[in-house]
Amino acid sequence: MPFDPARAAIRFGCGLSPSVAAPETPGAMLALLAGPDKAAAAFPAPGFEGVRKVHVAVVAARRRIRDAETQEARDAAARERAALVRDLRSEAAGWFRQTVLRRVTTEDGLRERLVAFWADHFTARGKGGPQRFGQAGYVEDAIRPHVAGRFADMLKAAATHPLMLLYLDQTGSVGPNSAIVTKRGRELGLNENLAREMLELHTLGVEGPYGQADVWQLAQVLTGLGYQREKGFVFRAKYAEPGPLAFMGRDYGSEAPSLNRVMDALEDLAAHPATATHLARKLAVHFCGDTPDAGMVAAMAEAYRAQDGQLMPVYAAMLEHPAAWSEGAGNVKQPMDFVTSALRALDITPRHLPAKPRAIMRHIVNPMTLMGQTWGAPPGPDGWPEADAAWITPQRMAARLQWGMSVPFRMMRLLPDPREFVETALGPEAPEAVRFAARAAETRAEGIGLVLASPAFQRF
Amino acid sequence: MTVTSRRAFMSRSLALGCSLAASPLVTPVTMASGPWDARLVVIILRGAMDGLDTVRPLGDPGFAGLRDGIPEAGPDLDGFFGLHPALSGLMPLWEKGELGFAHAVSTPYRDKRSHFDGQDILEAGTGPDAAGQARDGWLNRMLQAMPGVTSETAYAVGREDMLLLTGDAPVANWSPEAALALSPQAQRLLERVMHDDPLFRDSIDEAIALSRAEVMEMTGGEDLDAGAMMNAMQDNMQPTREADRVGSIVRFAAERLRQESRIAAFSLNGFDTHARQDRTLPRALDPLQEAVLTLRQELGDVWDKTAVLAMTEFGRTARWNGSGGTDHGTAGAMLLAGGAVRGGRVLADWPGLSEPDLYQRRDLMPTRDVRAFAGWAMRDLFGMDRGVIERTIFPGLELGSDPKLTL
Repeated sequence: MPFDPARAAIRFGCGLSPSVAAPETPGAMLALLAGPDKAAAAFPAPGFEGVRKVHVAVVAARRRIRDAETQEARDAAARERAALVRDLRSEAAGWFRQTVLRRVTTEDGLRERLVAFWADHFTARGKGGPQRFGQAGYVEDAIRPHVAGRFADMLKAAATHPLMLLYLDQTGSVGPNSAIVTKRGRELGLNENLAREMLELHTLGVEGPYGQADVWQLAQVLTGLGYQREKGFVFRAKYAEPGPLAFMGRDYGSEAPSLNRVMDALEDLAAHPATATHLARKLAVHFCGDTPDAGMVAAMAEAYRAQDGQLMPVYAAMLEHPAAWSEGAGNVKQPMDFVTSALRALDITPRHLPAKPRAIMRHIVNPMTLMGQTWGAPPGPDGWPEADAAWITPQRMAARLQWGMSVPFRMMRLLPDPREFVETALGPEAPEAVRFAARAAETRAEGIGLVLASPAFQRF
Repeated sequence: MTVTSRRAFMSRSLALGCSLAASPLVTPVTMASGPWDARLVVIILRGAMDGLDTVRPLGDPGFAGLRDGIPEAGPDLDGFFGLHPALSGLMPLWEKGELGFAHAVSTPYRDKRSHFDGQDILEAGTGPDAAGQARDGWLNRMLQAMPGVTSETAYAVGREDMLLLTGDAPVANWSPEAALALSPQAQRLLERVMHDDPLFRDSIDEAIALSRAEVMEMTGGEDLDAGAMMNAMQDNMQPTREADRVGSIVRFAAERLRQESRIAAFSLNGFDTHARQDRTLPRALDPLQEAVLTLRQELGDVWDKTAVLAMTEFGRTARWNGSGGTDHGTAGAMLLAGGAVRGGRVLADWPGLSEPDLYQRRDLMPTRDVRAFAGWAMRDLFGMDRGVIERTIFPGLELGSDPKLTL
């Protein structure tokens, strides 16, 4: 199949829109991606730093609660702590709104899809306290700036980000012969969590050429990566295992530990041929279906290897391969893709989604939880499930249908004519059954809901 | 019979080929002889239930000093332990031997006391290193080890994901709050739209079939019009209060357990009682009591074959904190109920509450792995092999001595 604009917007973008034209060529899609990040400029969102500062303030308030000498002072500090968390929660709803509006309005839909893909590839989330609102800032800091750049740079940014270091327990990993252990005799040890996930999920892949010994050796190389609430990311040499350290046939660093040796190891992992294959296949499965064309995957992996792990050539190899444009049912949209592509097809504007936390929770965040995707809280380090069957269960399908029939009306009040909407949302290949349902529905809300619930809309 | 119910009926009949024991079409006599006759309900109590306040060791000389001013006395259990008054409605079960507890129990998780990691480890059933790495839950691994499991055998009930039942074995997931109420016209159009995509078609058919009881209650069997349908859908999009949802969740679970299902799991929230525990803990215990009582009532005869395990991620500090609550601790208590359970006992290798007896001088000392009780329950109820329990379902667990949980 040749390139098709509607398929490009649906399969590789944020969906069709009545006010944003679908891309005309793969080259046009890539040119937008290589250009400036206009969506982030139009709908800015902050990084993790603000969450860290709130955490510092919460800890200080907690200390004041503990040390208060009067009940009055204790109550005042407790109110202050509660207000900090409350404010952060409503700010976080605003960040989510920005993410939604980027997807609804962008002409560079591939970028938003890639941000979601790589954020999922490098899944991290806060486990408690103010950090549970940290995922959005992590994506802004570590993922978004690198989606059109080199994979190694994204790997380094993710692996040194406070949220990742906390999530995968790297902050508690200490070299068995590090200064802090040998000089102060403290009982601390390695934690392999980040090293294991880095090999299994982030780079070589679970089928990749590594074993338990490699996990253990990488864990030693990674010692020293740390996070301090007061400072953010730190390299703590006295917690790091002295070198030189062997890992996958190479030596890293000299006796004095440094951040450089970690960066060298990450460069080498990114450059490994198994990483190229793992990433190529994962991208192809995500965008093109569970059994991607072997030739396309090979071309993508080859582009990665030949061009120093640059990601743009990998995307180009995918979009320029005929298999990318095959007809037939694509993957099921995840709830975030479903909801935002629906709002895009409905052509909502920022006015329809007020910057009020309550509205954002009611219309989008709570319903998405019912569809199985709690924003910012993926279930494990391996991210959201890729399999269609994980999303289309009776309960989750019911939530998708109920959202489509009720929330657009709540948000917009004036809905488009379903007979026109079916063409806007599905393009020229809308199935006859969906066209019929749009004509025969008893109300506009029902007609819109039926179009949105249809497999033709629910799939990429 | 509508198209939908016929289809649902057919898909159940097809399941016959996979599992005779799990099919409603096989006579009860056959069912009773199979290993699948027992029922297991697992309730995850989220937020870390305070075992020391729920099942109070009043006979321990250290207790009064740690928990001075316990506001309201509850019923006596065995002369040593007393029950929280919010659970006093369960005393008839205790007296019949259908309610028991295990105390001073914990998962292998230690020291960091994070809800997130603690719940992961509780549901994954693995050792302490698995925090954040878990890919499947112990109840799913149990299903993987059992023959004849169908998609109806186990239900995760409620709107949240449960790692406990996640994994390769098929598990059904439904929440009665998701009940799908459709006007006849909308249902016809939906069937037409979904017709050619089996994944979507089967899901929506199943959703309609599972919604039938709730919708009947809502409409009294009248057809819905388009406006009423939309109102119902709007309501469904919003979260409901714990107290409102527990009844419908448990009634749904019981309905499935009376039929093909053998295992059900759901969560109750709200146990994170950092402040004013005299108010906050009863708010969490009320739904637990309601859940147990509703199960007994709704299960009918099946209650006699049922074991209910309610477990939490860790216990709470032995002492009150400065806000009249308790902070994250280590060992806690587990509730066991059901007609199949040998209750009327608090199972505990009691560690004592004097300061040196406390874990890190602050928490109740764990003396037994809470997984051992779940392991013995599945051995007693389903005849699970000891080696499979210790190696696959709960890797690294030593089951230890037999607490003889069931009759």
